[in-house]
Amino acid sequence: MENKQNKHIDRRNFLKVLGGTAIASTAILPGCKNRQQEAHTATTEIPTDQMTYRTNPTTHDRVSLLGYGMMRLPSIPSSDGTSSTIDQEAVNELVDYAIAHGVNYFDTAPVYMQGGSEKATGIALKRYPRDKYFIATKLSNFANYTRENSIAMYRKSFVDLQVDYIDYYLLHSIGNGGIETFRARYIDNGLLDFLIEERKAGRIRNLGFSFHGTKDVFDEVLAMDDFAHWDFVQIQLNYVDWLHASGRNVNAEYLYAELKKRNIPAIIMEPLLGGRLSNVHDHIAAKLKQRKPELSVASWAFRFAGSFPDVLTVLSGMTYMEHLQDNLRTYSPLDPLTDNDRDFLEETAQLMMRYPTIPCNDCKYCMPCPYGIDIPAILVHYNKCINEGNVPASSQDENYRKARRAFLIGYDRSVPKLRQANHCVGCGQCIHHCPQSIDIPKELHRIDRFVEDLKQGKEF
Amino acid sequence: MLRKIRIVAATICFALITLLFLDVTGTLHLWFGWLAKIQFLPAVLALNAGVIILLVALTLLFGRIYCSVICPLGVFQDIVSWVAGKHKKNRFRYSPALSWLRYGMLVIFIATMVAGLASWAALIAPYSAYGRIATNLFAPVYRWGNNLLAAVAEHFDSYAFYSTEVWLKSLPSLLVALITLAVIVVLAWRNGRTYCNTICPVGTTLGMLSHFSLFRPVIDTSKCNGCQSCARNCKASCIDAKNHTIDYSRCVTCFDCIDKCRQGAIRYAPRTRAVRPTKPATGTEEKGAESRRAFLTLTGVLAGSALLKAQEMKVDGGLAIIEEKKIPKRATPITPPGSLSASHLAQHCTACQLCISNCPNQVLRPSGKLMTFMQPEMSYERGYCRPECAKCAEVCPTDAIRLTSLAEKSGIQIGHAVWVKDNCIVLTDGVSCGNCARHCPVGAIQMVASDPDVADSPRIPVVNTERCIGCGACENLCPARPFSAIYVEGHQKHRII
Repeated sequence: MENKQNKHIDRRNFLKVLGGTAIASTAILPGCKNRQQEAHTATTEIPTDQMTYRTNPTTHDRVSLLGYGMMRLPSIPSSDGTSSTIDQEAVNELVDYAIAHGVNYFDTAPVYMQGGSEKATGIALKRYPRDKYFIATKLSNFANYTRENSIAMYRKSFVDLQVDYIDYYLLHSIGNGGIETFRARYIDNGLLDFLIEERKAGRIRNLGFSFHGTKDVFDEVLAMDDFAHWDFVQIQLNYVDWLHASGRNVNAEYLYAELKKRNIPAIIMEPLLGGRLSNVHDHIAAKLKQRKPELSVASWAFRFAGSFPDVLTVLSGMTYMEHLQDNLRTYSPLDPLTDNDRDFLEETAQLMMRYPTIPCNDCKYCMPCPYGIDIPAILVHYNKCINEGNVPASSQDENYRKARRAFLIGYDRSVPKLRQANHCVGCGQCIHHCPQSIDIPKELHRIDRFVEDLKQGKEF
Repeated sequence: MLRKIRIVAATICFALITLLFLDVTGTLHLWFGWLAKIQFLPAVLALNAGVIILLVALTLLFGRIYCSVICPLGVFQDIVSWVAGKHKKNRFRYSPALSWLRYGMLVIFIATMVAGLASWAALIAPYSAYGRIATNLFAPVYRWGNNLLAAVAEHFDSYAFYSTEVWLKSLPSLLVALITLAVIVVLAWRNGRTYCNTICPVGTTLGMLSHFSLFRPVIDTSKCNGCQSCARNCKASCIDAKNHTIDYSRCVTCFDCIDKCRQGAIRYAPRTRAVRPTKPATGTEEKGAESRRAFLTLTGVLAGSALLKAQEMKVDGGLAIIEEKKIPKRATPITPPGSLSASHLAQHCTACQLCISNCPNQVLRPSGKLMTFMQPEMSYERGYCRPECAKCAEVCPTDAIRLTSLAEKSGIQIGHAVWVKDNCIVLTDGVSCGNCARHCPVGAIQMVASDPDVADSPRIPVVNTERCIGCGACENLCPARPFSAIYVEGHQKHRII
């Protein structure tokens, strides 16, 4: 019933969802007030001196619990529509606000924002003293991992970021393609040894890796700690992946426990699953809001990730000021989860698993598709429709006609016709780029068949 | 009173027929599609005896009501003429009938039809001429308006409107529409219904009948004071006020004269005795350069295309550029399912563009070929003939395209797919594909090993031409660009499979 009431609300806009469900939930629980309200309501000022910090055991860096991910920066589309440029002014404004509120960790990579992220990050941070912030960047030698190219990429990061040392340097996205790919990218070409030397020379202050993939690769790379001395490891952790990692990926519970054993601090990526833990199904949004009406849906995910004591920082790719403000509120200071809350989130995760969304985090690593398909846009549209109840399970569904219209019109709006799933040839070149190990062609062909069923008005 | 009824009825008919050409939702014709089917020439071509008898009876009883109410081009001229009349009152005067011209045009028209050049004859046919103007000039403006609303709706996350594609389907067709519009506007602006009484074959045919119509306006000589107000307001220039006679073959029963006569000297009454025939005389047709309306429409079209360009820019970054598809050279053009054969379509189509206007998949467009000029032709570079759609057959007023059901359509072979080895990405890019086979609605395409001896060699499509219906899904969805690696060759005669 409550779900139906909310149907007309614009759910694409994160804040509106929160507003909408807040109204619905408060209507249900008129008397429910929370002690925390003063510190967390959207209307109160965000304190500038309350940020929670964690200390790095090796370098004793005092790192803000909220880290800024520079992968989803605001951008302006180019006139031919095929690319976009970073909106540097907006980036500067966001960075200024973040720093003013205590954020000091900025995570970028040579491949982010079609290669523009490091430069933009460098420009924004250059305006501050070098000891006021920590920079993390990565060796993203996915396509060409010769020694020359990899070292050139490493050196270029210094130029683009305008720095002479890097605080946190990561081997980017270990696990994709198995241990052979790891060896080819870092061992056979001597790059790991090279980076260890660079750390000795002081140009890298902390060396670590980011991980997406299978357990055996994680175990083997982590075991290299004996000679590599990993200063930190970046893992995907959130209340869904904790016990229910998708595809070939490893449960975060295992990853975190292994790091704890070796006393290696964890840096958390995908705390929100690319927004999938903020843009949730109406039922779940209602449930979370019902428990704490004044907290945002996203704040639950951030509190979950931040509550682990050995987490150094939690990264969030914040495109909009509202997202930044919401996350700052959550961590200024962190209100750790109780055991009760944890059980509640596990329940929520299980409920979430019942909705067949595709685990796409819109990271765009699969792009550009050589045949012009806009893969993330298709998957995001599909997930959005699932969350809004616009993917009818059967043509006999009560809301079939309405859902059909919303799905098809929304599809044409979100994805230009020539970039839709029916143009996927199934060449499979995207598959091994996906950190979430989604079988992209299979999903696209499935969505295409669903679209055909809707268009042809077939009974299913 | 009679005039008011005529104006209301004509406005409704005109608006609805125009909307048939503009509608983007494909729902209007379900309710008002019959308005196209009661048009005279389409009914003749469809051998629709019921409609023809009805129209003949209507004319014999009441005169050329058809020309004043049902014919969209007639009403369109009235609108132009009404606007012109705002500037200059009492601007018409009696002119004798140009019988040699109108009967000559009728003879030429019939001869052209019989010669099988229906598309050329249709150039002067009223309904299809209006259809071309509406499709080529009004529809783009309407659809840009719709797209604007869709953009607004999208902003508010509403699904009330969705955007449609607007594209130049054929330059010759656009030019013909522009010229027709200019000629019609000039003629109507200066002399009212000149076209209807000198060029229009339907007007001439109905004029021969209305000559003997039962009801017609008559001048009561006892009341007439000779002010000539009726003649100066007769857009058909058929009232000879001096002699108190009306040329009923040219009168379109608009009732303007009855309304204008202050003496009440003109009545619409049943015939009591024979009317004296009018004397033929000579007259000249005047043409001017006044095409302000045409100019304005053109400006609108240009402004609209600038708007369209601006809309195209909303895509994310990191996307491969997609080259536009080009139309392959087809030995035989493809005609829509239900048109039976190329010659059947050529002989029965008035080129009114209703099917082209209503095709939701951007498949139909006017032909540029001499023999089938402006009649519908299919191509698949923008979309394909989708299995759930039979819009062209539903809207066709002449039965040039006719289908009883979707099931019938899925069994009609309008062409067959041909594989072009040199373009196939399986061989050129060395990737696996099969998009043609995956989307073939009749399962006529199979993927087989390119080397029969090596089971895991790249898989290429083979077409079972017996099962292929020529819908073009394979051609449209083929990733090879600009020329698809699989394309459809038309069949001159459609086959049932």
